[in-house]
Amino acid sequence: MKILVLIGNVPDTTTKIKFNADNTAIDASGVQWIINPWDELALTRAIELKEAHGAAIEKIVVANVGRSETEATLRKALAVGADEAIRIDADPLDALYVATQLAAVAADYDLILAGIENADYNGTAVGGMLAELLNRKSVSAVSGIDLEGDLLKISREIDGGAQQLSMSLPLLAVVQKGIAKEPRIPAMRGIMMARKKPLNVIAAADAEALTAFEYFELPPAKAACKMVEEDQAASLIRILHEEAKVL
Amino acid sequence: MSVLVYLENWDGKLKKLSYELASYGAQLAEKLQLPVKAVSLGKVDEATLKTLGKYGIPEVLSDTNEAYNTLDNSAIAKALFAAAQQTNASIVVMANNNLGKAVSPRLAVKMKAGLVSAVQGLPISTEPFVVKKMVFTGKAFAHINIKSAHKILTLAVNTFGLVEKNLDTTLTAFDAGLAASDFGTTVVSSNKVTGKVLLQDAEIVVSGGRGMKAADNWGLLEELADILGAATACSRPVSDEGWRPHAEHVGQTGKIIAPNLYFAFGISGAIQHLGGVSSSKVIVAVNKDPEAPIFQAADYGIVGDVFKVLPQFIEAVKELKA
Ligand SMILES: Cc1cc2nc3c(=O)[nH]c(=O)nc-3n(C[C@H](O)[C@H](O)[C@H](O)COP(=O)(O)OP(=O)(O)OC[C@H]3O[C@@H](n4cnc5c(N)ncnc54)[C@H](O)[C@@H]3O)c2cc1C
Ligand SMILES: Nc1ncnc2c1ncn2[C@@H]1O[C@H](COP(=O)(O)O)[C@@H](O)[C@H]1O
Repeated sequence: MKILVLIGNVPDTTTKIKFNADNTAIDASGVQWIINPWDELALTRAIELKEAHGAAIEKIVVANVGRSETEATLRKALAVGADEAIRIDADPLDALYVATQLAAVAADYDLILAGIENADYNGTAVGGMLAELLNRKSVSAVSGIDLEGDLLKISREIDGGAQQLSMSLPLLAVVQKGIAKEPRIPAMRGIMMARKKPLNVIAAADAEALTAFEYFELPPAKAACKMVEEDQAASLIRILHEEAKVL
Repeated sequence: MSVLVYLENWDGKLKKLSYELASYGAQLAEKLQLPVKAVSLGKVDEATLKTLGKYGIPEVLSDTNEAYNTLDNSAIAKALFAAAQQTNASIVVMANNNLGKAVSPRLAVKMKAGLVSAVQGLPISTEPFVVKKMVFTGKAFAHINIKSAHKILTLAVNTFGLVEKNLDTTLTAFDAGLAASDFGTTVVSSNKVTGKVLLQDAEIVVSGGRGMKAADNWGLLEELADILGAATACSRPVSDEGWRPHAEHVGQTGKIIAPNLYFAFGISGAIQHLGGVSSSKVIVAVNKDPEAPIFQAADYGIVGDVFKVLPQFIEAVKELKA
């Protein structure tokens, strides 16, 4: 079986977000780019499965829709343990546009792993759209995945609980927290090997974006925190009741 | 053209979330001068569906096929597509919860609709159609223009209140025309959380970080949550340590929540944590370090020991409720 892991390229989670002068785009100066945290966990789990099930998993491929700047992120995915990378050379305009690009390369893979959301625009859409474009089953909010013969044992979170599923391939799983414990960090050997692994660049397909960012704004500044003494803690409960009216 | 609201049910029941969505759909339709309808998939009794009139829904299409209970993403998307066609819907509205996140992208492809998830409030403008949402996990907001004729919005949970209209609701039997083979999800087992307030629904959340020191100390947080009717949450290291279940982890890589009141006990307030909670209306922080970044995000704070403050809070809430 072949696994495809979708890789979003996002600002490091500690980045202080700034915008350009007319607030129409992020100011990328000084931003460190990383693998989207959920995609990093998805990749980690794919590698764990390959280690555990050996021959059943032929290869793990990672794919990104982005310009050449994202190659450092894809190289990192190769260093962590992916076998090959694909970069579709296009600006990721919106979720449908990205999913349409990915659909052109994804059909061959038995298992596709997407993250629940990209830590940039939090679209929560690419995985599900890709599944629909490929006309294949999808499971979302996946917090555990294992192979059991030809079937996949999946845990997913539902609104108000959790479920265990048994699913056949082909499948697209949209994964979240819990899928792997800690992301793998590339080792020196992995970084050396990554340089020799294939990173194929593919031209973009014709596709349309249906949404566009018009304007960005930062949240309004918070008023100063009102402090209460430790031994007066009970009075804070009264303040929450009488002043803030949230109790 | 019309606005269609997808109303989920939980074992045949509706939650406050459904009424919020109904209110939102009705307000949106009024703004656009379009009719509004709702669709319900799965077995919900008629009296329950009729309560939606109170929040401005004059007609509900109801398909009572029990197979929807398997929450099969592609089957639900297919059924919603059929409902959208039948009602000539130009805009579909649903919740930004696990199911809404799973189904809305599939429906967007079918409808050739522009999708924006976790929308906050009514559109900023309708011509062009621009909505606001949180981006960079709480660090900023974006205004997004949906250019397509068809649109799908998922509404950020707990951001839109209830608006009463007191209409009568007509129920229309609806058959999305799905066959057994459309349902491809095999559920082996389910464990539903019962008798506890769910994090996503909660108006008050009591959360603990590494400053709580050990799993055993959560009894105090649970007691406070219990008497407040609140849900419990935690920071990432707490769930990584296994002190609390993953489902309670809030922040950049956990859940994003927006309760009316968020209590942070022994949480430093790392930027990744704040991403998940900064939309809370009021944040209360208790931390022994006066320099902890959580005080920058909090509305009320106590520099002190959680183990001294928690018992005082519990007593004071008991008094208040008495
Ligand atoms: C990619 C990435 C994603 C991340 N995503 C998330 C996320 O989604 N959610 C998240 O929470 N974190 C996330 N983190 C981790 C985040 O950076 C912090 O490490 C984490 O939030 C810290 O958790 P904490 O506040 O519980 O622990 P600490 O930072 O260890 O803070 C404990 C606090 O408790 C206080 N304290 C100790 N004892 C007491 C006492 N007796 N009384 C009162 N106060 C006390 C201390 O002063 C301290 O401020 C992420 C990190 C990365 C790199
Ligand atoms: N430009 C991209 N290239 C490849 N995969 C992507 C891209 N953007 C998003 N994804 C995948 O889709 C998931 C959800 O992203 P989004 O819908 O943008 O929130 C991410 O976790 C990635 O797995």
